Amino acid sequence: MAIELASARYRYAGSASAALGPIDLRVEEGRVVGVAGANESGKSTLCLVAAGLAPGVIGGKRDGSVRIDGADAAALKPHELAQRCGILFQHAATQLSHSTATVFEEVAFGPCNLGLRIPEVVERVWAALRAAGVEALAARDPGRLSGGQAQLVALASVLAMRPKYLILDEPTSELDPAGTTLVADALTRVAAETGAGILLIEHKTDVLARIADEVIVLERGAVALSGPAAAVLADPRLSDLGVEPPAAVRLERAVRAAAIEWSAALAEAVR
Amino acid sequence: MALSSPRPLAAGPVLPDYVTRKPSGFYRSLNPATKLAVAVLEVVAAFTIPGWSGPGLVLAVLVVVAAASRTLRSLIVIGFAALPLVASILVVNLFLLPGASDPIARIGPLAPTWSGLWFGLMTAARLLAFSSAVALAYLTTPVDDLLADFSRRGLGRRGVFVVGAAVQMVPRTIERAGEIMDAQRARGMDTEGRIWRRVRGLVPLAAPMVFGALSEVEERAMALESRGFTAPGRQTLLRVPPDRLIDRVLRWLAAAGVVAIAALRITGKVG
Repeated sequence: MAIELASARYRYAGSASAALGPIDLRVEEGRVVGVAGANESGKSTLCLVAAGLAPGVIGGKRDGSVRIDGADAAALKPHELAQRCGILFQHAATQLSHSTATVFEEVAFGPCNLGLRIPEVVERVWAALRAAGVEALAARDPGRLSGGQAQLVALASVLAMRPKYLILDEPTSELDPAGTTLVADALTRVAAETGAGILLIEHKTDVLARIADEVIVLERGAVALSGPAAAVLADPRLSDLGVEPPAAVRLERAVRAAAIEWSAALAEAVR
Repeated sequence: MALSSPRPLAAGPVLPDYVTRKPSGFYRSLNPATKLAVAVLEVVAAFTIPGWSGPGLVLAVLVVVAAASRTLRSLIVIGFAALPLVASILVVNLFLLPGASDPIARIGPLAPTWSGLWFGLMTAARLLAFSSAVALAYLTTPVDDLLADFSRRGLGRRGVFVVGAAVQMVPRTIERAGEIMDAQRARGMDTEGRIWRRVRGLVPLAAPMVFGALSEVEERAMALESRGFTAPGRQTLLRVPPDRLIDRVLRWLAAAGVVAIAALRITGKVG
């Protein structure tokens, strides 16, 4: 069971050239696939295509195949997609419904749309709030949260739909270091506890180094590098592709450049 | 950034109190449909009953109800927000009312008239009554209660959601306008001082505001889809606003009032 892209190529409506592809990608349940790349490399487009929102909701033209657990994403209705594949965007403000008075109701918005019975809605909401680490915010007004808190509430809202796959489009891009740590902690917990397959687009390679099992690097809509996270994030070609290596990798290079011995103990201490 | 609240909340299988909350006060606890029906009656009365009695009576009722429901201050703020429109109505009628021939004075080619002033003031009062009636219904009705009531009555909630969410987005839009203004100031744009400088400062604000809002709309639409907003079937309602006997009586009275005013107007007994 997986999200599978095979020779997938996508062109936005009104655009002459493809923004993505052809690309092959597989996100299995329980695995975290990180995606990095320079601006305009096709990362957000990959999110929309993998989630079935492009062309399903935003139009455009797609070639190749995108299958979610074997079903053609184009054949699934938006609410069916939502229960298989949850997506979290960069801006927390656009994620929230702006129609609820408390965080609890905000997270319940999705399950309520599915017409679930109230006990199941309540159970899902508490589980999602717990997984995202924001149980204590349940009674708060969603319009009065900090950026990191709002992003975590948005994550809980997606989790409450119980998707088998999560697609996260730079969820920490608007956050300060404290907010980034909060979201990264929550994602680590979600990956471990829910067993969901996660496609994580992220500029901050430290977050990828911590969470991802595999990493792919995009360049002009195509895969330029792919493989196990540690290997890709230490690849010397990373900087040429517009991606800053994680702090640990940069530190190791600096230490070696200074002719200081890089030991396993030092590497562990840096981690 | 702290994620803990002062009082930890217990998780459980039932809805928390802050979700099942009941509005306090007579007017606030009326059913949303009742408040809308009353607002419709007020608008019809303000615009149909001739002279000052229509808007005067409606404004008097609104002030009393707003004071009783503790929304008078917010209503006054909304009234001030309508001042530019009120001023423009006054100016246009003062100088350009067709057929007016009772000049107050002559200012070059312009001749403000008493009938223009009178008509402008009355139109402004009607407009104020209209905006206050709608504002009072909004201020005393949470958007989610309105949505729940519409869902229960089997009415399309998409329209209500769009309007409700748009109103809830106003603070975010104001915040973003401030951010853009600060950015323009940082780049040397003078937005202080004389009125014409302030107006000139609005020009570079418009494009980022409009394009930013448009791009947010697409992301919001996708976020809603990913939370099952368009799922078929009835949505689960966490809290259903009560619809008591007093609500039904008030709605019938409001409907009868609208019909009576229309009948009196048609038969020429008023106006």
